[in-house]
This record gives sequence, structure tokens and C-alpha cells, in this order.
Amino acid sequence: MAIQPLTMPKWGLSMTEGQVAAWLVEEGASVDRNQDLVEIETTKINNVYESPIAGTLRRRVAGEGETLPVGALLGVFADASVADDEIEAFIADFQARFVPEDAGEEGGAEAGPRTVEVGGRRIAYHDRQPAAADGPPLLLLHGFGGDKDNWLFNIDAWGGTRRVLAPDLPGHGESAKEVGSPDLASLTADMLGFLDALEVERVHVAGHSLGGAIAVSLARAAPQRVASLVLIAPAGLGGGPVNDEYLTGFIGAERRKELKSVLQMLFRDPGLVSRDMLEGVARFKRMDGSAQALTAIRDGVLPGGRPADDLNAALAGFVGPVLALWGDADRIVPPPAEPPPGNVTLETIAEAGHMPQLEAAARINARVESFLAGAA
Amino acid sequence: MANKTYREAINEAIRQEMRRDHRVIVMGEDNAGGMGSPGEDDAWGGVLGVTKGLMPEFGRERVLDTPISESAFIGAAVGAAATGLRPVAELMFVDFMGVCFDQIFNQAGKFRYMFGGRAVTPLVVRTMYGAGLRAASQHSQSLYPVFTHIPGLKVVIPSSPYEAKGLMTQAIRDDDPVIFFENKAQYDESGHVPDDAYTIPFGEANITREGDDATIVAIGRMVNLANQAADELAKQGKKVTVIDPRTTSPLDLDTILESVEETGRLVVVDESSPRCGMAADISAQVCEQAFKSLKAPIKLVTPPHTPVPFAPELEDAYIPGVPKISAAVGAVLAA
Repeated sequence: MAIQPLTMPKWGLSMTEGQVAAWLVEEGASVDRNQDLVEIETTKINNVYESPIAGTLRRRVAGEGETLPVGALLGVFADASVADDEIEAFIADFQARFVPEDAGEEGGAEAGPRTVEVGGRRIAYHDRQPAAADGPPLLLLHGFGGDKDNWLFNIDAWGGTRRVLAPDLPGHGESAKEVGSPDLASLTADMLGFLDALEVERVHVAGHSLGGAIAVSLARAAPQRVASLVLIAPAGLGGGPVNDEYLTGFIGAERRKELKSVLQMLFRDPGLVSRDMLEGVARFKRMDGSAQALTAIRDGVLPGGRPADDLNAALAGFVGPVLALWGDADRIVPPPAEPPPGNVTLETIAEAGHMPQLEAAARINARVESFLAGAA
Repeated sequence: MANKTYREAINEAIRQEMRRDHRVIVMGEDNAGGMGSPGEDDAWGGVLGVTKGLMPEFGRERVLDTPISESAFIGAAVGAAATGLRPVAELMFVDFMGVCFDQIFNQAGKFRYMFGGRAVTPLVVRTMYGAGLRAASQHSQSLYPVFTHIPGLKVVIPSSPYEAKGLMTQAIRDDDPVIFFENKAQYDESGHVPDDAYTIPFGEANITREGDDATIVAIGRMVNLANQAADELAKQGKKVTVIDPRTTSPLDLDTILESVEETGRLVVVDESSPRCGMAADISAQVCEQAFKSLKAPIKLVTPPHTPVPFAPELEDAYIPGVPKISAAVGAVLAA
């Protein structure tokens, strides 16, 4: 194996730099692909970078505590046969050539979210369109209280060959906070309206939690428009209702400390809740109308912790392929005892809570990518 | 969501509240651009342009130019608030409080208490503070401790454009008199500010950096400097928490105490004079309530106890800067 650089990953559109919190592997150690390698803190979340390379980690170039731009050299992989001075020369050459991406374009038209009117209400969304897009786009539907940035670790991985659309659900993120009296059918209609407004006919749909319930409902309402479903800890298909302590706690939390303990329920490792993640959620909750919107959605869409509709029946009627993924430490929507009916593959994600797309991003990214490639 | 300046953030908060509630009015010197004088309407929007554009949208009945008589127009604003309006009055520079302080501390600040809770005074007094603009001793002071000293007043000191909009919206909706301090050196500073309305509650500190080694409490413009110091210290492996109280009355002492209980080391950075200032107040309360957590004497980073100098070199030396903050953190870590 030649010398291979390990560089600062880019997790999502807004990430420009990350801080090396801790190395999890010693120099000279042999590392498997997807093995936990280094903890990286971003402005959104702390995460473990799972090794994209199998081999021997010869050098840890980045020090713990160091903040580096995306693409900067973190470490070097090479076989034991490669001489130290060759590695030093490689590092010197890399550092001499390295030019960070321009971080000064925050809020630019390309990177920033877009908005569209659906039924007279604003829907904000990320639209990632690769130059050579192929097949149906992928629609990403986040969960209760979340937003389009919940997909920050996934959107690049899935957007390499297809268009990815990640809206803020009504009442969430930067979408309009006026939601009226929503139920699952109206949120489903809103998302179909969103696709209509963008003139997108057929999509793969990946939904998380509440977004998973909407995804199933979408497949029932317009099966011809749904190529496949990825359901991550979907509400209404688990072994019980959505944890009410979470729903009520999320709506009611006013101070940072309360909110932190509520958000920690989402993860297997509570240390993943970073200061900026907390601040991002607090900022959403401070918006005029967000508390009313969340309350209306909980009461209208998840009465008693689950949609009023029988989503198992809806799923049984869907002929396309379905991948259901559940963290084994999910405290919000418990996994079902048996796989849901229909053309469903149910898989458990080890050592992950309710948000495996953040907590086990590399594994989820690879699994969903291979599923979508097969479902195209 | 767009990048907006501190000035635009405050303007947007007032504009949205004026649209939302017809009782909200704006008054102050040149706020509408020189009423009754020849020349262009809305030419100024206050001396540094914060209220520009409000008069054309809301008219002269809701955006009032006042005579240069703070005692008169601050008094009028207090009376308007007591009788049903929600005035946002601009006391141009806080240095001018001397001629209208009775109206603020002895009238507005006392009504709720003296009328047994049956009177409210939903008044916002906007005012500028801070040194660094070569404006000399009478236009550069940071006098928020004087207002913090008075029970019955709420005192707000936003440190960024995001805080400025959310805290101004909260100030206008609040039923008590709020003194809103704007740092004139920050008006052109920009940051992400949501387009829609939002409020930041009073009495909840923000944590802008997180670390276990020491705690910095910084106020107003000093928050930016403390963040810079924290970032530089992080490169040396020293992890520092930075706390922005956002409001000095009410003060979120709990967040400060919790952090000091973790770190055991405290630096307070404040641009107001050191005697009876915020740094002295905060450190006294920490000493009283968390003395046993302290592993080192508290360090205060403030200007010297002098008027703000006019000589540029002296003025620059007067204002607490990043090197002084870093040195203070170094001192509490070494002790």
C-alpha cells in the first residue's frame, strides 16, 4: 500500500473546519476500515470519524485540541515497509500544497438553504444537485423537533450521484411556523406539494422518526412517486409509542440545562450533544410560533405517541423495497419485536441511539448507499 | 436566514414589533431624521442610523423626533409607557443619563413596586456605550452598572447581532422598563440573524466557549474578545469556558456558579469602571456562594479607574484587550 493521507472530513454543507478532540488509535496501530479512529468536534456535533482506510496509521499529524480546515492532513497511513523519511517527505509535500476551501463564503447563494411556497407557506430546504445526477432524487424527512441539518453527515455521502432534497418540515427549522391543525395526511400533502413545487415526480424517500411515518404515508398516498423507502427509527412502526418524556420535555424545555438532558436522550453517547447543537435547537425554540407548531404537531400527528393511522398496513401495501434501520440503544422509538410487514429489510445498528444517521454516520451512509444503488 | 449587522438586527426587531403591535412607538433625537428642519426626511435615523427607515414605514405619529432635552423626552416616554403605549426611546449616549436619571430610576423603576404591581411600565430606553471611537470622556462610558444597581430596571447588553435582535424583541414585549445597551463599535459587526421574530429570555446566560480549565465571564463587546482569547488559549491546550450573561439585571448567577464549580478558576472581563462595576459584583457573588470551589484568586480585567482618555494611545490602552484577558487566564491557571 502506498502512502495515503487521512484528511479532515466534510460533514455537511456548513462544515468548514473541525477540532480534533481525541485520537482513538495509537501511531503504528493496524486499523480496519470503519474502525473508530478519531473524535472530531464540529460546530454542530461531536462525532467519531470512522476510518475510511484500512491499514497502518503511521503518523498522527494533527494534535488533540487542534482546529483544522476541511481537507487538512490529520494523519498518514502506510505499510511498515515505507521508510520514515518517505513519510516525512509526504507530509511536508502535502502541507506545502494544501490550500483550504474558502471559508469566507458563508451564506452564499450556492451553499445556503432555499425556500419555496407550498400552499402559501414557506418551506426551506437544502437542494444538493451533483453535476451528473442519475435516477430519482432522494427526499430526506427529518424527525420531530429536528431540521434539514440533521442530515449533515449524510447529505454529501448520498448526494454524490443523485439529487438530494432535504426540507424543513412545516413548523420546523426555517420553514413557516404557521401549521394550522396538522395531521399525518396534511403533512404528507405538504411534502407532495413540496415535490410538485420543485417539479420532482418520483423520489427515494428516507425518513427519520416522525419523518419515517410521513415517508410511509407518502408511499401510501402516492405509491407511483416513491421508488423506495429508507426508514430510520420510524414513528408508528416501533415496538411502542414515541417516548412522551422526550416529546413533552422537548416542547417544554426552556433553559439550556433542561434542553440538554432532553437532547441527550437521542443518543447512546450523551457526550455527542455539543454546545452548538444545543444552541441550534434553542434558537429554533425561541422563534415566534415554534412552541405552538410543535404542540400542534405532537397533538395532531402523534396523539398518544404514534400516528392514528395503521402504518404497518400502509407499509404492507407498498411494493417497492424498504430498508428499516434502528439503533440498538434507541430510547425514543423502541424497535419492533418483529420486522414490519411488506418488502422490508430490518437491520439493527449496533451502539447507536435514536439518531444513528448522526451517531453511526459512516455505517448508515454505506448501508443506505448500497440499498439505493440496488433499488434504482 | 441572512447575515445582518448589529445595527440591522436592532432595526429589524423594532420594525417587526411595530408591525405586530400598534402601541410600539419610537422617539429620540433625529430618530425620524430631523422633524421640521429643512432637508431630506429620514436622513439620519438616529445619530448612527439604527432607526433609519422606520419613519417612512410607520409615519411621524409613531416615529418621533424630540428636542435635545433628555429630561423632557425620557420623561414623556415613561409617562407614555405608564398610560398604555410601548415606547422605544433613544437616549443617544448613555453618558447623557445625568440629565434624565430621575425619570428612569425614581419613576419608571418604581411604578410597579409602589403601585402594588398594578402599574406596568413597558418602556425600552436604547442607549450607546463603550470606548474606542475617539469620542472622549463624555461619549465613551460603559455605565450599565449604575442601572444594574437599581431594583426595578432590567439591563440588557447584547454581544452579537443574533443576541441584539432577540433581546430587543424581548425588551419591547417586556412589561418592565428595560435599559438596552448598544456598543457603538459593534454596529457594523455582522452575523447570522433569522428573518422571523424570536425572543431571547432575560436572565439566561449564553455559553460561547466550553472548557474545563477556567471560566471567563465577559459582558457586551468583551464577549468577542474573550472568545478570541479562548481560541488562542485552546491552541496551547488550555480549554476555557466563556459565559455571556446577556443581561446584568436579572443576572444568571446559576450558570456562572455551575461553571466555576467545575473549573475552580474565574476571570471576569468588563469594560465598565472597576469600582462598584459588574466585575466586582460578579466576583463578590461568586466568592460568597462558591468560595470553596475556587482554586485560585479571581482575576478582574477592567479598565483603570479613570475617565476614558481622549489620546488614542491611552484610549487603546484603557480598553481591556485580548492579551490582558489571556494573561489573566494564565494567572488563574498558574495560581
